[in-house]
Amino acid sequence: MTQAGEPELHDVSAVEHHRKGPLYAPRTRIHPKRVRGAFRRLKWWIMAVTLAIYYVTPWLRWDRGPHVSDQAVLIDLANRRFFFFFIEIWPHEFYYVAGLLIMAGIGLFLVTSTVGRAWCGYACPQTVWVDLFLVIERYFEGDRNARVRLDAAPWSANKLRRRGAKHAVWLLIAVATGGAWIFYFADAPRLAVDLVRGEAPGIAYATIAVLTATTYVLGGLLREQVCIYMCPWPRIQGAMLDENSLTVSYNDWRGEPRGRHLRRSQEDDGPRGDCVDCNACVAVCPMGIDIRDGQQFECITCALCIDACNGVMERIGRPGGLISYATLSDYNANMALACGPDGEIDPGRTRAPDGGLADGVRRFSWRIVLRPRTLGYAGVWCAIGIVMLGLLATRDRLELHVVHDRNPLFVRLTDGSIRNGYTIKVLNMQTEPREVTLTIEGLPGARLRLAGATGEPSPSLTFSAAPDALKTAKVYVHLPRADLPGSHAGFHFLAEAHDDGEVAAREAVFESPGRDSG
Amino acid sequence: MSEQETTGHEWDGIRELNTPLPRWWLWTFYLTVLWGIGYCIAYPAIPLVTGNTAGLLGYSSRGELEQTMARVADERREIIERIASSDLATIRGDEELAQFAIAGGAAAFRVHCSQCHGSGAVGSAGYPNLNDDDWIWGGSLEEIHQTISAGVRDEANDDTRFSEMPAFGTDGILEAADIRDVTAHLLALGGREPVTGDAGLGGEIYAEQCAVCHGEGGEGMRDLGAPALADAIWLYGSDPDSIMAQVRQPSHGVMPAWGARLGDTVVKQLTLYVHSLGGGE
Repeated sequence: MTQAGEPELHDVSAVEHHRKGPLYAPRTRIHPKRVRGAFRRLKWWIMAVTLAIYYVTPWLRWDRGPHVSDQAVLIDLANRRFFFFFIEIWPHEFYYVAGLLIMAGIGLFLVTSTVGRAWCGYACPQTVWVDLFLVIERYFEGDRNARVRLDAAPWSANKLRRRGAKHAVWLLIAVATGGAWIFYFADAPRLAVDLVRGEAPGIAYATIAVLTATTYVLGGLLREQVCIYMCPWPRIQGAMLDENSLTVSYNDWRGEPRGRHLRRSQEDDGPRGDCVDCNACVAVCPMGIDIRDGQQFECITCALCIDACNGVMERIGRPGGLISYATLSDYNANMALACGPDGEIDPGRTRAPDGGLADGVRRFSWRIVLRPRTLGYAGVWCAIGIVMLGLLATRDRLELHVVHDRNPLFVRLTDGSIRNGYTIKVLNMQTEPREVTLTIEGLPGARLRLAGATGEPSPSLTFSAAPDALKTAKVYVHLPRADLPGSHAGFHFLAEAHDDGEVAAREAVFESPGRDSG
Repeated sequence: MSEQETTGHEWDGIRELNTPLPRWWLWTFYLTVLWGIGYCIAYPAIPLVTGNTAGLLGYSSRGELEQTMARVADERREIIERIASSDLATIRGDEELAQFAIAGGAAAFRVHCSQCHGSGAVGSAGYPNLNDDDWIWGGSLEEIHQTISAGVRDEANDDTRFSEMPAFGTDGILEAADIRDVTAHLLALGGREPVTGDAGLGGEIYAEQCAVCHGEGGEGMRDLGAPALADAIWLYGSDPDSIMAQVRQPSHGVMPAWGARLGDTVVKQLTLYVHSLGGGE
C-alpha cells in the first residue's frame, strides 16, 4: 500500500557487517622480565623438584628378588607389567590406574576450586619447561630490555652467536627431556648403554626425536601460544572456579584511579589509588596480559605479577597485595567498601589513617578453603584412595582362569566315561616361582589328566608356575559313567600354592550327555 | 571486553568478539592442505571411471598384503624345512616344532577335514570322532600318519587302509533271528540288557562268525581295521536297530588319501594335530 516514490522500509540488518579488524594477526613476541619475590622463589623450588622427579625416577632401584626387574618405576609394555615401588600391576588390574586417574581428576577439581589454576601456574610441564627455557634465554640474551633490543637489531655476528648458543642449549635440554622419558619403559642403565652404542631399539630413538621436537617447539618457540590456543585446560578449569576460589586479582578498589606521578597527583587533583601505572605487572607476565584488565582466560595464575607489584609497593611505601590472590567474594566486598555513593572508586575509603589498609578491608582467610565444595572433593578423593589401598592390601597374588572347550563340549571314551577339556591359566603374580596343585571340588569321582601326558588320570595335578608369569595348561577332567551327573554340573577348580597356601578358586561346568544315554 | 571489536555476528544478544587468530595457525592450516594434496599425489586417491589414480609411490593395499604374506612364508621356511626333515616323534618332542605343527595342522584340518569330521573333530554317524581313545586303524603317530596319508578304502591308492565286513544278512550268511541273537550278545558284551534275542545263542554265532576279526572278547583287531565291539563307542550308532543294520548290511566309510594332495609336511602337521586332540597313543 505504499505510495509511489516512497521507499519501503525493512527491519533488517546485514548479517555480515563490515569488519574493521583483521581475522588473523601476526604473533607479538613476549619478553617477560625477570622478577624476584616469594612466588618466584616458590616456582624455582617447584621447578627443581618436578624436574628432579622427572629425571631421577627411572634410575631409582627397588629390590624385587632375582626374577623381575629392580627398577622402582617401570612401565614394561613388552611384558604388560607396571612396577611402582612395592606395587606391581598386571594388565587385568588396570583399574588401579583408572582409579588413580579419577583421583587425579578430582584432585584437580579440589585444587582448582580452592587455589584456582595452580596447576597451570606452577606444575604444568609446559610452564616448568618454558621457565627453564627462559632462564637459558636470559643467560645468553639478557633480560627483557636487552632481548627487545636484540630482537629489533639487524643480524650481526653478536646476534647470531647469542641466538645460536640459546637454540643449541634449548635443543640439548629437549634431547635430555626426550632421553629421560624412554627410561621409564625399559631397564634404565642397560638402555643407556645401548643408546650410546647405537644398539637400542629404533622406537627409543624415534621417541627421543619426537619428544625433542615437541619440547623444543612447544617450550622454546610456541610458549604462551600453547596455553592460549592449544590447551583445553583453561576452558575446563575456568568452569570450575567459583566466587570463593583464589585467583590472581588486581585490587582496583585500592589501586584506582591509577597515576604515574603519585605524590604530585595527590596534591593536584584529589585522591589517587595505589597503582602507579608502572606496568611492572605487564612486563613480567609470561602470557603477555595486563592483569589490571580483570580476570582473563590467558592468565595461568603464575603470580609473578604479584611479586613484581609487591616490589614496587615496597619501594613506594605502600602495603603489598595491590595484586594478590583473592576470592571474588572478598573482592566484591572490598569493592563495595571502596565505592562512594556515586559509584566511583574512592581509595581513601579503604585506607587507614596511618597509610595502611582500613580495618573493614577483607583479607584472605584460610577458613574459605574449608567449605562444603572443597570438603566434598577432598572426601571423595580420600574415599577413593582408601578403597584402592584396601583393595591393594587384600588383592590376590594367585589367580586361576578356566575356559571350557567349546568344541567338543564333551568326549565319550571307550570305557563309557566322559571327558571334558579345559584350558587352565594360573597367574602367579608373585615374584618367586611357586609350586601349584590343581584339584577339583564338587564333582565326585572326577580325575584330572594333563593333555599329552601318559598314564592314568589322578585326583590332582601339580605344576611349577614361573615367577611373575602366566602358566597355561590344557587339562582333561574324566568322569566315570557311574558318576555322571545330569547333562550339566557345576564344580570348582582349586589352585593351591605350596609356599604360602594361597588358594585360588574358579567355577567351571562339566558337560555330559547324561548317565543313561548311549 | 565491551570495547573489543565484534565480527558483527549476533545471536540472541550474544555478540561474537573478533579476537584475531595468530597467523601461524593459518599457515599450519595451509600446510595441512598442502600435505593433503601431496598425499593424494603420492598415494592412490582419486576415483576414476574404471579405477583410480595409482599414486607416485606405487602403493596398494593388495601389494602390502602380498609383501606381508611373502615375509611370513619367508619366516616360516626354516621351521617348515625342519618339520619336513624330522620324524614324527622328534617333532612331538621339540616344543617349538610341536606347537607350530599343531597350529598348522589345526588350520589344515579346518580346510580339508572338517567337512566330514566336524570343526571340533567330533565326527558324526559313520565319521569317527578323533577326540576319543577309540582308533579303528590305530592311534599312534605312525598309524595316524599312515591313515591320513593313504586314506581308507581309497581305490586310487595302493597303500590305502582296506577292510570289508561281509554283509551277513543280505548275503544270506545269517538268518534274521541269528542277527537278533548276535546283537543281543553284543549288547551283553557292552554291559547292556540283551533285549533283541538270546545272548547265549548269539555268543555261539559270534565265536563262529565274528571273533576271527573282532576278537573273542570283542576287543577288535587294528591290523584288519575291525573295530572293538565291547566298548562304549559305536561308529554307526549304539542302539539295537543300528547294530542289527550294520550286521545285516554293513556301511563302509571312505577317506581320501591326503599324502599326494597335501604333501607330507602338511600331513605330518595334521598327524600331530589329530594326535594332540586327547586320544593320541
